[in-house]
Amino acid sequence: MFRNQYDTDVTTWSPAGRLFQVEYAMEAVKQGSAAIGLRSKTHVVLACVNKANSELSSHQKKIFKVDDHIGVAIAGLTADGRVLSRYMRSECINHSFTYESPLPVGRLVVQLANKAQVCTQRSWKRPFGVGLLLGGLDESGAHLYYNCPSGNYFEYQAFAIGSRSQAAKTYLERRFENFKDSSREDLIRDALIATRETLQGEKLRSSICTISVLGVGEPFHILDQETVQQLIDTFELVGEEEGPTAEPDADAGEGVAAEQGDVPEQSGAADQGAAPMDI
Amino acid sequence: MTKQHSNWSPYDNNGGSCVAIAGADYCVVAADTRMSSGYNILTRDYSKICKLADKSVMASSGFQADVKALQKLLAARHLIYQHQHNKQMSCPAMAQLLSNTLYYKRFFPYYSFNVLGGLDSEGKGCVFTYDAVGSYEKVGYSSQGSGSTLIMPFLDNQLKSPSPLLLPAQDAVTPLSESEAVDLVKTVFASATERDIYTGDNLEIVILNSEGIRREYMELRKD
Repeated sequence: MFRNQYDTDVTTWSPAGRLFQVEYAMEAVKQGSAAIGLRSKTHVVLACVNKANSELSSHQKKIFKVDDHIGVAIAGLTADGRVLSRYMRSECINHSFTYESPLPVGRLVVQLANKAQVCTQRSWKRPFGVGLLLGGLDESGAHLYYNCPSGNYFEYQAFAIGSRSQAAKTYLERRFENFKDSSREDLIRDALIATRETLQGEKLRSSICTISVLGVGEPFHILDQETVQQLIDTFELVGEEEGPTAEPDADAGEGVAAEQGDVPEQSGAADQGAAPMDI
Repeated sequence: MTKQHSNWSPYDNNGGSCVAIAGADYCVVAADTRMSSGYNILTRDYSKICKLADKSVMASSGFQADVKALQKLLAARHLIYQHQHNKQMSCPAMAQLLSNTLYYKRFFPYYSFNVLGGLDSEGKGCVFTYDAVGSYEKVGYSSQGSGSTLIMPFLDNQLKSPSPLLLPAQDAVTPLSESEAVDLVKTVFASATERDIYTGDNLEIVILNSEGIRREYMELRKD
């Protein structure tokens, strides 16, 4: 197409007023494996699909703890995502150091967006090839933001990015009006179902997805594999449509495991077992 | 004409004493809670002890503004370490970090006299003692601060190995039990409080062992 004439560098406009390099960067996000985020008034859940290159290799880490009250899920060039996570962590630490209080999520989002914009207006740079779903909690409540390579950001009740995210988005669009008042368990369940939607028939197992939770009184942490598998087993009994609420997750009570949050293996966060379901 | 010297100093000494004792499977870190300036008491209730990591506790006497700045810096560096390594810093690692951080300001030092106590990766107690610019050493026990001249000889008497004449005196971790070490600390502070005007009010004791961290308080003379 004519696109090819004006897409050599990011500092060239197309006649239609588009920056193709930026659009290509957003394409990179669509190619990455899915990441999903949802929020209620008090909690934010981030989920992602971990696809390893082969059976022999480990999967890419796509969810990062930024601070006790902020976590991020990425899709696209994971290396870019890692670098941006390091930047976000640094900003949070510097803010805490200076103001002895957690960095408000909205501020971090804007700083990130400004950083991304710089790369769309320098001839010696390229846009970041990663989309970030930021989940955070601050004085004004729970928030979920999406940061684009273009430097734009949007706040969402629920969103999905990456490959086959449309399936998840369709599911979320049907349900999002209820999320505001969802319980923590329902939110996690909806995240798992949305994740399953992106798998297009493949069986949902804890080895191919990662779930992280953050909420009031609960610092950001990633759920360990056993907990996730138990949650999957529980809701699959119930079926796809709405059923009785999911079993009370003992994770909620375990409290401050947050410091070592990133590794899926977490001691002390063991699930106590499913409550009997009325089928 | 002699050179004019400034009559403003960036430093102040807020007094106080700190002690740390390492045991086979515990570590005791203690400090009084009096903060003074000159002959005045600023508060009777100020903690000089800071938990830097799960297994590292630092007590610092000297200029508390510098101490606070140092504590904040180390806490931030620890957070970065946790993000990068997915685990807590070990006590020896924190010891080295503290030393480097202090030397970084070699030409405008932190007026902070520190003892770092904790458990190493095997669960054995360890104590590190510092000067203001980061020179440090792993020891079995140490004291710093205004009362250290009174406290240290007594700790040497009680804890140093029995035959310094035959071998170089090695102060290894003490064979004392945890409760004996805590009693020793209480005794030592009660004595220091008698003769050091900057030590007194309350004693804060932090004990680290395999079960975790706990705090004890003891009243000291308030004069």
